[in-house]
Amino acid sequence: MFNLLRDEKKRALLIQASGLFLVLAIFGYLFHNTQLNLEKQNIATGFGFFELEAGFDIGEALVEYWSDDTYLKALWVGVLNTLKVSILGNIFAVTLGVLIGLGHLSNNWLVKKLCRSYIEIVRNIPLLLQLFFWYALLTEALPAVKQAMEILPSVYLSNRGLNIPFPVNTANYGFSLFGFIVALIIFFFMERKRDLKQIETGVAKPLWEKLNYTIFLIPILIWALTGASTEFEIPKLVGFNFNGGYTLTPEFTALFVGLVIYTAAFNAEITRAGIQSISKGQWEAAHSLGLSQRDTVKIVILPQALRVMIPPLTSQVLNLTKNSSLAVAIGYPDFVSIANTTMNQTGQAVECVFMIMIVYLTFSLLTSIFMNWFNKKFALVER
Amino acid sequence: MKKLLILALLSSSVFAGKTLDAIKKRGNLKCGVSTGLPGFSFPDSKGNWKGIDVDFCKALSIAVFGNASRVKYVSLNAQQRFTALQSGEIDVLSRNTTNTLTRDTSTGLNFTTPLYYDGQAFMVRKKSGITSAKQLNGASVCTQQGTTTELNVSDYFRANRMKLKPVVFESNDEVVQSFVKGRCDALTTDASGLASERSKFKNPEDFVILPEIISKEPLAPAVRQGDDEWFDIVKWTMFALIQAEELGLNSKNVDSFKKSKDPRIKRFLGRTPGVGKSIGLDEKWAYNVVKLLGNYGEIYEANIGINSPLKLKRGLNSLWTDGGLMYSPPFR
Repeated sequence: MFNLLRDEKKRALLIQASGLFLVLAIFGYLFHNTQLNLEKQNIATGFGFFELEAGFDIGEALVEYWSDDTYLKALWVGVLNTLKVSILGNIFAVTLGVLIGLGHLSNNWLVKKLCRSYIEIVRNIPLLLQLFFWYALLTEALPAVKQAMEILPSVYLSNRGLNIPFPVNTANYGFSLFGFIVALIIFFFMERKRDLKQIETGVAKPLWEKLNYTIFLIPILIWALTGASTEFEIPKLVGFNFNGGYTLTPEFTALFVGLVIYTAAFNAEITRAGIQSISKGQWEAAHSLGLSQRDTVKIVILPQALRVMIPPLTSQVLNLTKNSSLAVAIGYPDFVSIANTTMNQTGQAVECVFMIMIVYLTFSLLTSIFMNWFNKKFALVER
Repeated sequence: MKKLLILALLSSSVFAGKTLDAIKKRGNLKCGVSTGLPGFSFPDSKGNWKGIDVDFCKALSIAVFGNASRVKYVSLNAQQRFTALQSGEIDVLSRNTTNTLTRDTSTGLNFTTPLYYDGQAFMVRKKSGITSAKQLNGASVCTQQGTTTELNVSDYFRANRMKLKPVVFESNDEVVQSFVKGRCDALTTDASGLASERSKFKNPEDFVILPEIISKEPLAPAVRQGDDEWFDIVKWTMFALIQAEELGLNSKNVDSFKKSKDPRIKRFLGRTPGVGKSIGLDEKWAYNVVKLLGNYGEIYEANIGINSPLKLKRGLNSLWTDGGLMYSPPFR
């Protein structure tokens, strides 16, 4: 026994094992105690309620949902709504952020000051207030639905949202979109292969490779072959609301705009810091090689800056996703909103809170995995 | 919510049936009320809580302590109310809450006898020209999250094969504001709640409440399951308010019945012992409630009755002798 304690390695192992045991024991106790207490209070436990009829309607859903569907389906609608606003929001927030960040470093006095003011104002106002602001703006400043503005032919704007025409044959366009994505991926690889070839051999891009662009005929071809439908559903004011077409609700729009504007300010600061961290020598070296300002930024500065930018950008991507849970304040049916309703109708707070945590943890971990992969790709390769 | 989690995780034994002892020891009663619904529970300009739900908290305070001021009001939204009660943050929930089977059985609560029989209705703008809820097909309807209302409106539209566009908010203020701004065509909640909200509007006459009552909403105080003694006190305090009205006792005349020969009144006022001991309270608790607060009819009229801004007729909430549902078992 004493020998065990004297051996440094074994001792360390023993301490770690007892630490682990202690942590597990605490969690085991908490779990057991929770169950016992809930049972004592006659509060229903378990996930049996998933199969029950939800009974409430949801304002907007990416999949078909009726109030006689199950709670599980309702929660799934919530997950999709959260994903919708997070994915779209992050794409726009990063793009806008990088542009504003670059603008802040611009030599143009006006652009520089505008970007600076944007960052300082937006960054220092709490997000919830900004969401209320956008929502109030959209519902108060826009005309009532009966006086909707026709901003483009058949595109209506009112305080019930933006109503746009939408293709009737969605499958047709869906296939075409899929074709476009495939074409984009193929194009990317073709370009990359050529770039590598150029790096290896120094032979510039032959003119005939412009033909690579013809790959984008694929989606058009698919569209033509799977129906070539040109029929659009036009939004029409029937009774209380516009029917037909696609509706961009004020709830979604306010949340989306609020999140993008807010997060972009942080992304802009990250971009600025990343670029400023590159020493002046790099700029000068690039310029003395005869690279244009654009090529300097694209080839020399940004790739190096990205190494510094990616880790904090990851945090912002995660932040936007997590902040989307503020949706509940302005009536967008995101996952938290629907989980809250479920919690209230079933009374099963522990399960619902647990689920909210698991869902956000999953989102965050998946984002982290992706961003870490991205980070590794851009990390300094030391030879 | 958080509190419940922490409590569920850590506490070793839960409320072993001694809510009354805890209240007495603490010296006050923690009463869960709404975040502000005129007529039911609403803080006035001086910050004093007013309303019929608040008066019920006072009645309990009188029954336990003999005076109405030993209440601590805890303002709760629809989301927080059940967990606040489950976790012991409040002793009783007196907050326009509908009794339903699921809530009564699976949330660890017990509903006592209803304080107000309500039903859900719709409010629309007068200039919309709508006169019936059946005309609401395709309408956007504002409602509050996590309420029975949210479910009823869905049921009603489904039953009548109408299309519903719900707009759901967590906070009631946001629900009402969105309706006023025109985001929704109709606002739905309990008829009393609509009357209450309308009384807050700048131009109440521009809005109408549609005649259809689409649900049953017995609004009842709730307590935790597992403490029958406290459950009985809350239940019988409500009965005492009804019984007093039935016996013709009110805050002004109750002293003149001190010498009454009517055995029912003698028992009720505690002159013939019995009603206090069996429930664990002072013999004169029912007398105190009537003397210091009044009977059911008095608190009804003062808060939500025809002469209040809410202008609600007694209707279902009349005494059974007047064709209503307010009925107390005998005090004996």
